[in-house]
Amino acid sequence: MTINKVTTHISQNEQLIFERSQTGRIGYRLPALDVEEVDLNIPSEFRRDDDLEGMPEVSEVDVIRHFIRMSTWNYSIDLGMYPLGSCTMKYNSRLNERVARIAGFANLHPLTDEHDAQGALEVIYELQQHLAEITGLPGISLQPAAGAHGEMTGIMIIRAFLDARDGAAASHRRTMLIPDSAHGTNPASAHLSGFSVKTIRSTAEGLTDLEHLRELCAHGEVAGLMLTNPNTLGLFERNIKQICDIVHEAGGLVYMDGANMNALVGVARPGDMGVDVIHLNLHKTFSTPHGGGGPGCGPCCCTKELAPFLPVPRIVKASDTTYRLDYNQPKSIGRVKAFFGNYGMMLRALAYTLTHGNDGLREATEAAVLNARYVAAGLVEDYEKPFTGSPMHEVVFTDKRQSRKGVHTLDIAKRLIDYGFHPMTIYFPLIVQGAMLIEPTESVGRQELDQFVAAMKSIAQEAVENPELVLNAPHDTRIGRLDEAAAARKPVLRWKPS
Amino acid sequence: MEMLEAIGLGSAEELFDSIPQDLRLQRPLNTPAALSEIELLHSFEQMGARNSGARRISFMGGGAYSHYIPTIVDHILSRSEFFTAYTPYQPEISQGTLQTIFEFQTLVCQLTGMEVANASMYDGSTAMAEAVLMAERVTKRSKVVASSAAHPQYLEVVRTYVQHAGIHLELAAFDETTGQSWRALANAIDDTTAALVVQSPNFFGCIEDLAGLADAAHAKGALLVVAITEAMSLGLLKSPGACGADIVVAEGQSFGVPLSFGGPYVGLFATREKYARQIPGRLVGEAYDKKGRRGFVLTLATREQHIRREKATSNICTNEGLIALGATVYLETMGRRGVQEAAKQCAQKAAYAARAISKVKGYSLPFTGPFFNEFVVRAPVKATELLRDLGDEKGIEGGIALSRFMPDRQNDFLVCVTETNSRKQIDALVEGLATL
Repeated sequence: MTINKVTTHISQNEQLIFERSQTGRIGYRLPALDVEEVDLNIPSEFRRDDDLEGMPEVSEVDVIRHFIRMSTWNYSIDLGMYPLGSCTMKYNSRLNERVARIAGFANLHPLTDEHDAQGALEVIYELQQHLAEITGLPGISLQPAAGAHGEMTGIMIIRAFLDARDGAAASHRRTMLIPDSAHGTNPASAHLSGFSVKTIRSTAEGLTDLEHLRELCAHGEVAGLMLTNPNTLGLFERNIKQICDIVHEAGGLVYMDGANMNALVGVARPGDMGVDVIHLNLHKTFSTPHGGGGPGCGPCCCTKELAPFLPVPRIVKASDTTYRLDYNQPKSIGRVKAFFGNYGMMLRALAYTLTHGNDGLREATEAAVLNARYVAAGLVEDYEKPFTGSPMHEVVFTDKRQSRKGVHTLDIAKRLIDYGFHPMTIYFPLIVQGAMLIEPTESVGRQELDQFVAAMKSIAQEAVENPELVLNAPHDTRIGRLDEAAAARKPVLRWKPS
Repeated sequence: MEMLEAIGLGSAEELFDSIPQDLRLQRPLNTPAALSEIELLHSFEQMGARNSGARRISFMGGGAYSHYIPTIVDHILSRSEFFTAYTPYQPEISQGTLQTIFEFQTLVCQLTGMEVANASMYDGSTAMAEAVLMAERVTKRSKVVASSAAHPQYLEVVRTYVQHAGIHLELAAFDETTGQSWRALANAIDDTTAALVVQSPNFFGCIEDLAGLADAAHAKGALLVVAITEAMSLGLLKSPGACGADIVVAEGQSFGVPLSFGGPYVGLFATREKYARQIPGRLVGEAYDKKGRRGFVLTLATREQHIRREKATSNICTNEGLIALGATVYLETMGRRGVQEAAKQCAQKAAYAARAISKVKGYSLPFTGPFFNEFVVRAPVKATELLRDLGDEKGIEGGIALSRFMPDRQNDFLVCVTETNSRKQIDALVEGLATL
């Protein structure tokens, strides 16, 4: 007898909710209307006449089963290691979730008078203080909603500072320097702030090319540099101080992409390196959940000189125990988001900071770097490591050896799924052909690291002995590789009744 | 230590050898020592208790609304599989997230009457700013006329976003009698106009004539951008799509998202199919595997920053995935009839409150335009003081003083009523106004 997988398994074939809908089903209950119903003073041409046709009609248990079934199709941190380089997928404490749901915060309207929201403002202020200490940069706004949003804010601050400093002459200073290894958000954010982008080469060592930087700075139109440190190859830019000096001498400012702060918290501070402005990702370094793509929170931290340009309102201390909103900042770039930003993420990040304590924050950094180094050491025999420098919290390998057998990074990533791991970040940074960027974070123990290394070694062996096995991976998932090219050629972006 | 030895190091400090010694922090961080769970909860409970506003009966709206949230919403978004997952870059093990987003995109299209919706923006205000940038890309024109009756903070965000984009932003006045701005908007259009930007219901709660604006915009080759802060209105009001809008943006907080002092919320962004390749942010589309099984993938990524870099349609990467999931659970649980019922109750209760307040001596409603569930009240005294007294003495958050945004409107305040406000609460508000 052979046992086959039942492919019609009900929980593996959950339909779209629209396909499950049945006329007349409801899953809600509201109290009866307790005021007399009148003819509303809304002209009929302003009223809906489609009866919301097509919206689902389902029961509560339909909804529960729908989502629980779909949830089983997801990989998540709580299932295991999620070694996405540059993404810092660390454990999300349930305690932080509980804190964010405390009624005094969850039910608080953002336009509540500041006298009646003192606890909420205290949370923002306290988190600002901690982030200032961690980055060594005293000016802070928590308003940006994500990393890219914080980047845009930081770059707009640079622009406003230069305009204020140089007046009309600033119009000649419109070039932003960005390394070729940078995140795509960097050039996109620079563009939004009205800068053109010039790319700086990386050296064979994987670091910023100082000669090229000097050359680009010699032209006088440089507004600034956007640098990730440790960079996206996982290497600390050891010449950072010199880099900042070169840019400063050329009249520009240095923006640091803080996506990789998980390698630095408690160990080194951007403010001490000469960096002028940085964004943090609370949804990376400070453990607020990624939620399948967000929400994030991208605080912008800067020097005292740049602080007047931060978004309004600023949250400041009015006395020893009271806090207030400060709108009186005439140099501010303005508001980047309604209200105060993604407040729920601030609560979680503050809880993270307080439960770790100052020593725990540093220990987390040590563990994150140690884990990456351990993986680096474990895989160096089997995979090409393009840079010899010691990596910080993440390490880049390539498919150079495997590709000789026709097995590429994508295939290795897909095969990793069969071993029960989420793949690493692939094909980023763009300057490394066939890149595999691995960031284990501190939230994984030695046993699982060993399992990961063993899985990768096994795949390296399969690539030699049985490449077909790797090329057709994954084998064990609900669906196989999807035809993404066909999906993009004729996009179907919503359900429609057939 | 064993792991350190395994990689040939003698101490944790050696892990950081690539950082020059003089750049390393030589002291502990000056942040507090670790707290236990008991201490931490106590500390946050205490701070939460200092938010007296969170305990009161509330009639505050203005971009953030108190609606009923079915219990299952938080239950589902607390599932590890959803909230501890990353952006669905590996579709084979992310179908839960991807199918959910596809449903979210569909629901947004159905509600707004549009053809394509993205996987979410940060919030309504940034969605409005991105819509303005997109209108400039589509029309290659540089003038944008926005309604001065749009949410003041949304307008501030738009101003920040467009300041270096070569876009000239003009504001069209609102009518002091009706509280509407559509006439002035239609009059401000010319051949250089990329878009008219209108919020409906607007910041004063008044419904604008979207169909008329669409005609006016299209006659000059401009786009109509419609913004909505109170998305529940879509359960009752004609969809912007049916009125001819080209881009619709909305704050989705009304759909099952807690107030949480302003965020995280979720921006909705929808447009016409012909502009799909100009849309900012992520899109999920249908796809098939080799065996013909249906699945979903992130698609049309060539618009996005990780591929197009400075030529991308937006710099957005992280969006509001989990909040979009919450909104999806909300909309599917409430369903077709629940959304209609909640919207109807909002409008009926607001109409009841408006009738009752306008009968209180000294109070009036300054605007005549039709409204959904928010309306402006003119008090006989300064609104800030009145609202403070209502809060302190009656335990009622009576609304939002307009003087916070418009200094010349000292006595006006914005009242919002939802399905969560009982008649008893409304009566208490009316009585409070009458006695203070």
